[in-house]
Amino acid sequence: MKQDYIIDIQHLSKSFGGVKVLDDVSFYVRRGEFVTLLGPSGCGKTTLLRQIAGFIAPDEGQILLEGRDISGIPPYQRPLNTVFQRYALFPHLDVYDNIAFGLKLQKVPEKEIEKRVKKMLKLVSMTDYEDRSVESLSGGQQQRVAIARALVNYPKVLLLDEPLAALDLKMRKDMQLEIKEIHREMGITFIYVTHDQEEALTLSDTIVVLNEGRIQQIGTPTDIYNEPCNSFVADFIGESTILNGTMIRDRRVEFMGHGFDCVDEGFGENVPVDVVVRPEDVYIMNRLEGAQFSGTVKSCIFKGVHYEMFVETDTGYELMVQDYNAFEPGSQVGLLIRPDDIQVMRKERTCNTIEGIMADETHVEMLGATFECLPQEGLAAGDKVRATVNFKDVELLDHQEDGTLAGEVHFLIYKGNHYHLTVLTDDGDRLWVDTNDIWDKGDLVGINIAPAGIKLEKCDE
Amino acid sequence: MKKVLAKCYLWLLLAMLYAPLVFIAIFSFTESKVMGNWTGFSTKLYANLFTGNMNSGNGLISAVENTLIIALIAAAVSTIMGTIAAIGIYNLKGRKKQAMQFLNNIPMINPDIITGVSLFLLFVFLGVSQGYVTVVLAHITFCTPYVVLSVLPKLSQMNPNIYEAALDLGATPAQALRKVLVPELRPGMISGFILAFTMSLDDFAVTFFTRGTIGLDTLSTFIYTDARKGGLTPELRPLMTLIFLIVLILLVVINVRQEKAKKTVKSR
Amino acid sequence: MSKRSSWSIPYFIFMVVFVVLPLILIVMYAFQDGSGHFTLANVTRFFSDKDSLSTFALSIEVALENTLLCILLGYPAAWILANKDLNRSAVTVMLFIMPMWINALMRTLATAELFNVMGFTLGKGTLLFGMVYDYIPFMIYPIYNTLQKMDASYAEAAQDLGATPWQVFWKVTVPLSKPGIMSGVLMVFMPTVSTFAISEFLTNNKIKLFGTIIQENINSSMWNYGAALALIMLIIIGLSSFLGGNEQAEAEGGLI
Repeated sequence: MKQDYIIDIQHLSKSFGGVKVLDDVSFYVRRGEFVTLLGPSGCGKTTLLRQIAGFIAPDEGQILLEGRDISGIPPYQRPLNTVFQRYALFPHLDVYDNIAFGLKLQKVPEKEIEKRVKKMLKLVSMTDYEDRSVESLSGGQQQRVAIARALVNYPKVLLLDEPLAALDLKMRKDMQLEIKEIHREMGITFIYVTHDQEEALTLSDTIVVLNEGRIQQIGTPTDIYNEPCNSFVADFIGESTILNGTMIRDRRVEFMGHGFDCVDEGFGENVPVDVVVRPEDVYIMNRLEGAQFSGTVKSCIFKGVHYEMFVETDTGYELMVQDYNAFEPGSQVGLLIRPDDIQVMRKERTCNTIEGIMADETHVEMLGATFECLPQEGLAAGDKVRATVNFKDVELLDHQEDGTLAGEVHFLIYKGNHYHLTVLTDDGDRLWVDTNDIWDKGDLVGINIAPAGIKLEKCDE
Repeated sequence: MKKVLAKCYLWLLLAMLYAPLVFIAIFSFTESKVMGNWTGFSTKLYANLFTGNMNSGNGLISAVENTLIIALIAAAVSTIMGTIAAIGIYNLKGRKKQAMQFLNNIPMINPDIITGVSLFLLFVFLGVSQGYVTVVLAHITFCTPYVVLSVLPKLSQMNPNIYEAALDLGATPAQALRKVLVPELRPGMISGFILAFTMSLDDFAVTFFTRGTIGLDTLSTFIYTDARKGGLTPELRPLMTLIFLIVLILLVVINVRQEKAKKTVKSR
Repeated sequence: MSKRSSWSIPYFIFMVVFVVLPLILIVMYAFQDGSGHFTLANVTRFFSDKDSLSTFALSIEVALENTLLCILLGYPAAWILANKDLNRSAVTVMLFIMPMWINALMRTLATAELFNVMGFTLGKGTLLFGMVYDYIPFMIYPIYNTLQKMDASYAEAAQDLGATPWQVFWKVTVPLSKPGIMSGVLMVFMPTVSTFAISEFLTNNKIKLFGTIIQENINSSMWNYGAALALIMLIIIGLSSFLGGNEQAEAEGGLI
């Protein structure tokens, strides 16, 4: 079974200047597979690809190519080729010499080189362009040459680093189809890096979703889309509404103040969960009979094929709905979600848990600052404690200097009636915050926690 | 290993490059007339230089003064003319623009001796008597292209709409120029000025051919005549040492400031 | 906006008077005799005079040798300076550039004095050595500049396609740094071929280069022959800058 893996990545970690870019990443790639590494910028996907190509050495872990560790092998001896983000075509060589570069280094006979270059040019529909200077080509044409230059060496794996990022939308769509076609025709394994979820869903056999240096989910495009395993994946892939819910018992979940039948089991009883509802999975109708709940249409925008509407439910939640029919803003509608369209996910956490040390009876040192807390019996200065803070007890302020701590909004999800934020403190710690205020990613904020919001518990060590 | 070799090569090359300068600096601290002959530590040459009390008269002092004054005037005029010209060239199109850029390149590609001889012939042809004025004009000629070249990139980096935005917000063209355009171009103008100033300071050949016969000397021509006479004025040694130090300090300061600026940009 | 293109007119007039007209005058004087009549005598005199011709040949030879030496010694230095693994210090780079800011005559004089004291006989050897001293910063700087700006992904792409570090250097780095080499060549070759004071200092006036003859003729009022010699040099310069492309301006412009 292991024989089938052309690439096997085991426990790969990498830090740059103390910042962990990749954290214990493991996955494998089957021969001939089209695997996409998907994630937002800074998630570590390019670092991962560059380690496979050999431009960066991993701190820890192994990269196996056909069962052999290649971590110590320089890039020019690895039977892999890369298509670079901004093409990196050699400007001093013409199209033919760019493509022939690798073959000439291998001392392949001139006749053979010519044959293979011509074949590649045909594959990427660039016949008759041999003598052109690469600088005279359009972005799309340069991309084709870059692909041809890599593929002509018949690599065991082709690595593509956001190859379409520099192209305009129309060109990108065309190239996606062509890349898919080339993959099918050549039968070579592709590892493709992108931040574009649509591109990943279109092209891949398998998607590896990365965020903050960790693998979030590995699966087929359908799996990832229909059954995201956490709120990050759900939010990142496609449009969705993510809501807080409670798993009442197997096959029964409550969210937005209503009970729904679902297909998920094994969470336990009365367990807090995240619920994902795709906007195209919400049925919207003019009548209320047959509906599970009702709402008022707040806005309605035509999106080309469908209409996108925001509906305020009877319980005060905002829900995104897509439908082929338009519903007038202000109109009362009935809404329905079918059991198998409700995706239930275990919550990664239900509150902030922070390690700290008591400074004195009413102060605790944590996150690199001193917070006031309520006096608690059995705790003395110097005691190690674990503090729990509810998401809604963390207060964010407009000015960094007004807070006990300073931080930056790192990530946010709208949860129907409030925002769930990940805030990165200046020391690099993470805090999760529920708020009704509107913040943007990258906002600099001051952070306060009211004494009553900090619950302390002695840590035994 | 590779790193050590590389460092060795760099330092060896630097040692070779700086040996003559260090040699001069060492012998600026002795009184001997000829170099290489150490007659004990002394700062007399420095004292002579600052009091102007030299055996060879005050030719050296006036040469230094001339050099600085000529360089200042030439750099100032070049900066103004070059900036105006750059704005003009930037707004030209097609062949006219290419022609102006080509014209601008000629003095930079021309070796000094050609610029010197050709300007000499010009002044002879026009019957202008040569002296201070002709030297300054000649310096402006070869300095201005460098200013143009320093300002042009700033113009193309500039958002073309900011001038129009200023007009839109009620600025007259003159105000827009003063309050928006000039601040945007200032870094280019400053580096153009510095470039022009040093070009003028360094010049020898052009001055040599355009100074006429009135005995006008800049530092370069003074050194040249002095060296051809055989006996090098000893006070040149402390002067060269000082110039060397000033340039070194200036470059270090500029460098440190640039590094700092880069770092603050990065940390944002 | 288009009105502001007229701002280039004063500069245009200035350039015509102080650059174009003087160059035309060189041509004019070159083809005139002392009384202003057309003649080819100045040019034919050059080609029939063995001394002039050999000086000319020597000048070209010295300039070529100097340029070559500057490339051979300067390229590795520029490469090391631009390599982030080998050098991170901006100060080292600055130390290499600094001599460019000091009067060439002063540096040459210092070099000549040093040679004197060390007991070298001033001649062709010291001339070449001293010229390399004088001009190597002008070779290092433009090459360093192009190498430093070069996108690292070219070298990576080459490695990815199977090139060893040595092959990357010869097949990618060197060809891509050609603009830097070319402007370095122009910044070294042109001044060396035309220099006069420097060669006089470094050889104690024993070896005459082409620039010196021009200077001597002009200074002894032989303007027409001097102009003819200048014209010949102008043609050499024109040819070499035509062959070498037009990158000199670019590299020098980025000096600060």
